[in-house]
Amino acid sequence: MSIMQISVFLENKPGTLKKMTGVLAANKINMRATSLAETKDFGIARLVVDDAMSAVNTLKEHNFVASLTPVLAIEIPDEAGGLDKLLENFDDAEVNIEYMYAFTGGKNTDHAYMIFRVSDTKAAEAKLNGKGVKILTQEDIESI
Amino acid sequence: MERYYQKEIECAPYEEIRRIQSEKLVKQVKHVWDNVPYYRKKMEEKGVTPDDIKSVDDLHKLPFLSKKDLRDAYPTGLLGVPQKDCVRIHSTSGTTGKRVIAFYTQHDVDLWEDCCARAIMAAGITDEDVCQVSYGYGLFTGGAGLHGGSHKVGCLTVPTSSGNTDRQIMFINDLKATLLCCTPSYAAYLAERFKELGYKPDDIPLKAGIFGAEAWSEEMRHDIEKSLGIKAYDIYGLTELSGPGVAFECSEQNGMHINEDHFIAEIIDPDTEEVLPEGSQGELVFTAVDKEAFPMIRYRTRDICRLTREKCSCGRTHVKMAKPMGRSDDMLIIRGVNVFPSQIETVLLNNGYAANYQIVVDRVNNTDTLDVQVEMTPEKFTDNVGEIEENQKKLVDDLKSMLGIKAKVSLMAPKSIARSEGKAVRVIDKRKI
Repeated sequence: MSIMQISVFLENKPGTLKKMTGVLAANKINMRATSLAETKDFGIARLVVDDAMSAVNTLKEHNFVASLTPVLAIEIPDEAGGLDKLLENFDDAEVNIEYMYAFTGGKNTDHAYMIFRVSDTKAAEAKLNGKGVKILTQEDIESI
Repeated sequence: MERYYQKEIECAPYEEIRRIQSEKLVKQVKHVWDNVPYYRKKMEEKGVTPDDIKSVDDLHKLPFLSKKDLRDAYPTGLLGVPQKDCVRIHSTSGTTGKRVIAFYTQHDVDLWEDCCARAIMAAGITDEDVCQVSYGYGLFTGGAGLHGGSHKVGCLTVPTSSGNTDRQIMFINDLKATLLCCTPSYAAYLAERFKELGYKPDDIPLKAGIFGAEAWSEEMRHDIEKSLGIKAYDIYGLTELSGPGVAFECSEQNGMHINEDHFIAEIIDPDTEEVLPEGSQGELVFTAVDKEAFPMIRYRTRDICRLTREKCSCGRTHVKMAKPMGRSDDMLIIRGVNVFPSQIETVLLNNGYAANYQIVVDRVNNTDTLDVQVEMTPEKFTDNVGEIEENQKKLVDDLKSMLGIKAKVSLMAPKSIARSEGKAVRVIDKRKI
């Protein structure tokens, strides 16, 4: 099962990111994972939260351009070679990764979590499922 | 069905219009010679007397008036009647230090309102309609002009003036307003607000809009028409000549009929000041043959456009002016190239962005820089950085081919560019020359 990531357009200007985190803070939205893609002209903040639908609406209400993107969240052991082993499965399944970021922490301290944006989420899921890869659901994310 | 406010004159044969113009011009030149020493002096310097002006054919003999003359003669130097005979003034915004005060007698107000009434009926409006005037009221001519015109047509007039957008929407809904009069940028803003509130174009009672006082593109017209579910008509005017209503669009929506029984139009070469043949592009010059208090003769508008006398399907015979590319006051000279904000707007709208933009011009290391700031929209946003960059590059390329110079494109957060309630502030020129 893929989960929904929020992508937020950020103007290239000091204080823009803070404005976004301010909205999240005021609305008590906790970020599970986040990454920032930037070019010289603008940025895209990518967030994983518990309730993506309500968070994206909150951001829109505050005049942000934000959209939902399906991504794969995968749990791996937090140890040397953990990611390498997972990517072997990606290779075998010929899944093309557009971008990736990671987070650790939560209750389960010996695990890390990887977020992948792939070109075809559904196909990738089907291929990876048969390989014993643990793809997290939205409920899994909430319980981390 | 085409509607007219004063059909007889609006559809009069060309010869009849020329006859009226000649008759009024001869009278007007005498009036000015006798009552406006400032212009009389200009005539004397050129060696022209009222006796030399026998018909419209002699118009070219008369000296021009320019914005500089208005400034030099400020405030009452061009007044054609004793001030006690005037009933009102209007004034330009004067943001560029060029404030103009225009005076009106009751006769002048009447003829101005007639012109606006013609524009309103040409938009298919009758006394059954509800006309919301969301132009600013006060010194600005927009509110007063359309307000007066709406009265003459017999519409229920809703004088909301500009601003307080949610209240505008409330009146449009509660009174079922069918005609909206405001600046095109404010119409676009109202459309955006309607959409935010969940309205579909069919839910909005409006059926027509008369939008003017700033340059707008054909693409912006389509956007406004689609988002408000209306027909959008252009209207043209200048405070110096009375205000909106000097020219207006009919059902053809391709050029504005000039009210030729009140205003004689010429197109001149802005450099040589020579009158150009019909159909040429050049600077628009107007002679107001009917106005008593502020009788402008051969006033140089600095608007660049062309005139056409081709037969119009609406039945009106008055000459049509193409939408000006913009006032030459709006025109920017960037790296020696003439740039009109309306050209930039065309590119943005063609690329699917909204008309929320700002143009910042600066000079860095002795080179002019052009930064086009446009708001990101939900439709144009994607999680894919490469795609956004490609779109951005396409904008830069399209601007380059439209303007001939390279512009930077900055993508801005939504609502970060201030919305205007009157004339939109499109250009910020930081150059210190």
